[in-house]
Amino acid sequence: MKFTRRDVIRTTAGAAAGAVGGRFLSSSAFAQEGLKYKPEAGAKLRLLRWSPFVQGDEDQWLKNTKRFTEATGVEVRIDKESWEDIRPKAAVAANVGSGPDLMFVWFDDPHQYPDKLLDVTELGDYLGKKYGGWFDGPRQYATREGKFLGLPLATIGNAIVYRESWVKEAGFSEFPKDTAGFLELCKALKAKGHPAGFTHGHGVGDGNNYAHWLLWSHGGKMVDESGKVAINSPETLKAIQYAQELYKTFIPGTESWLDVNNNRAFLAGEVSVIANGISVYNTAKVNKDNDPKLAEIAKDMRTTNMPIGPVGKSVELFQVTTAVIFNYTPYPNAAKAYLQFMFEDPQMPDWITSSAAYCCQTLKTFENNPIWKADPNNAAYAKASATLRTNGYAGPLGYASAATMADYVLVDMFAKAVTGQATPQEAMEEAEKRANRYYRV
Amino acid sequence: MAVPSVAVQRRPSILSRLAESRNSLGFGFMLPAAALLLVFLTYPLGLGVWLSFTDTRIGRPGIFIGIENYQYLWSDGVFWLSVFNTVLYTVSASILKFALGLWLALILNQNLPFKSFFRAVVLLPWVVPTVLSAIAFWWIYDSQFSILSWALQQMGLIDHRINFLGDPTNARASVIAANVWRGIPFVAITLLAGLQTIPQSLYEAATLDGASRWQLFRYVTLPLLTPIIAITMTFSVLFTFTDFQLIYVLTRGGPVNATHLMATLSFQRGIAGGQLGEGAAIAVAMIPFLLAAILFSYFGLQRRRWQQGGGD
Repeated sequence: MKFTRRDVIRTTAGAAAGAVGGRFLSSSAFAQEGLKYKPEAGAKLRLLRWSPFVQGDEDQWLKNTKRFTEATGVEVRIDKESWEDIRPKAAVAANVGSGPDLMFVWFDDPHQYPDKLLDVTELGDYLGKKYGGWFDGPRQYATREGKFLGLPLATIGNAIVYRESWVKEAGFSEFPKDTAGFLELCKALKAKGHPAGFTHGHGVGDGNNYAHWLLWSHGGKMVDESGKVAINSPETLKAIQYAQELYKTFIPGTESWLDVNNNRAFLAGEVSVIANGISVYNTAKVNKDNDPKLAEIAKDMRTTNMPIGPVGKSVELFQVTTAVIFNYTPYPNAAKAYLQFMFEDPQMPDWITSSAAYCCQTLKTFENNPIWKADPNNAAYAKASATLRTNGYAGPLGYASAATMADYVLVDMFAKAVTGQATPQEAMEEAEKRANRYYRV
Repeated sequence: MAVPSVAVQRRPSILSRLAESRNSLGFGFMLPAAALLLVFLTYPLGLGVWLSFTDTRIGRPGIFIGIENYQYLWSDGVFWLSVFNTVLYTVSASILKFALGLWLALILNQNLPFKSFFRAVVLLPWVVPTVLSAIAFWWIYDSQFSILSWALQQMGLIDHRINFLGDPTNARASVIAANVWRGIPFVAITLLAGLQTIPQSLYEAATLDGASRWQLFRYVTLPLLTPIIAITMTFSVLFTFTDFQLIYVLTRGGPVNATHLMATLSFQRGIAGGQLGEGAAIAVAMIPFLLAAILFSYFGLQRRRWQQGGGD
């Protein structure tokens, strides 16, 4: 591992801040702040989280954790895994009843093994009341039958990232707000030698974000409110036809793209428009001093929300992460106390600030975080928690919605049609058949 | 006067009798290995088979549902596509690995300068962890940054980048090529070991009888190498059939499931999708193919008459 002077300064500063925080937050002081749970004697916790996409996220989380340890004496070991590997790890932990005490899971994971998770309804209600309530989308992922299976931690926003100069070169003074205008822009960009690039491959995040936007923006849905598969519809057909037209403006190879490909292609100046989290912009910003080409790209980068389709409003999936406690933990009170501490003010707003617009708040009080105005490009990610639509819309979250997404039913439907391997009707019928297997028709 | 000693005939203890018994000693020595096999092989295999007959999901114990999972798979196009991909992947990669591996082994069996060095170098693809070589291939096959596309463009042989992993046919060929690259050393080095066990006197005798180089290979090398080929290719086929890492890193089964193998589909459905029963059913469906490969190897390639140079 390579340590730079900056790392040393940062670590030292973190340790100093931790020491100060520790004194400030003595046990009694912490109790006065409203700690609802008394950690068990000798408690030690292990948290498994996804590897950070923005370094500030991890630094601040560790800093806050250090303060918790100094205030309570509870040691917290934090392990990291690639975000795509969290789901299988959580699944195994839930199934065998052994593993980390706490975990940051994704999407409908809590609904797959609700019986294996510690009920944190009391804490969820307390934090909701104290901080203006939870945003509805993240709350749905974290609750089942009115009970909190975990605490909604963050929404990872997804937005259009584009090169402003190339959009102007294509004859557009501003980025189109609707899907029709967006298609015209992409055609013009392609004609100028600046193709767009959206993931049609098995990228868990980008592939699903793009496919769900295509479907939902045209009024399609995987299932209806009762969980009956409704993908075979005129709206879906329109979405597929729109995707076919848009695909013609893409750089070749997007059907093989995984989550990282669009970032790489964009930062290499190969594509003009992608959809991504703010991390791609942060990468360009952080490395601009070492690379003049990246500095130029960072200066030219702009973000905006995905265009609005015939449904007339913004509807997107986004990745939602929930902090859960497994009920096999020998230290349930310590785990709850830890989560409470990390979600309280000032820890949570500090973490959101340090996450540099990558993590969007789930508690309404924190929506005025200064980070959203710190850079004009951050604004597109500020409302992610407020506008997201849950996976498997309009049906319930659960085994079927999780399995349908994990099997890339929607991603494959669009990919098959845009690459000409099936007609739109055939692709739709195949998706219907595959979804029916999970929704057990 | 010395008291005559009386030899007391004591019955040997049970322990010493067991220690002297050939059967019980053999049983005792086998016990640890048997226990390991039972715990780490038989139990997981049995559990997998059992799970495939249940509707177990992540976090929820299932109930026995008979062959329902298999019925679902029978009518599932993606499953059959994965079966096709797996068979194509295994057969193509195994044939290529055998041909290239044997060729490499024959070359390395000659008296070359720096023989040891070359033999060590050949092992490199096998030594590198699969996931690392898969990441290297990921870059080699990248639709935008492929060094192959770049080189061919620089040489003026192509005018646009090759869509290695985006086109279904290209994607299948690409993952097979990556698997072949990785698997050749195993075949080559094992066959080389086999080649070195063939007595030189046989070649000398055949040469005296006027055998050509092809006849030397056909009637001396090949028959004597066949037992090693059978074992090597059995293992190679098993490794290839159950491959997971290369596909998972390179394509995750895409584009549109064109490279999904049964192993990757089993993981996708069973772990990521939470349908443990169905995932197990896909894994169990691999067993007949694997058994067929083993039986073919043992009863086909190891026929004594063929090994001795005779016909069928």
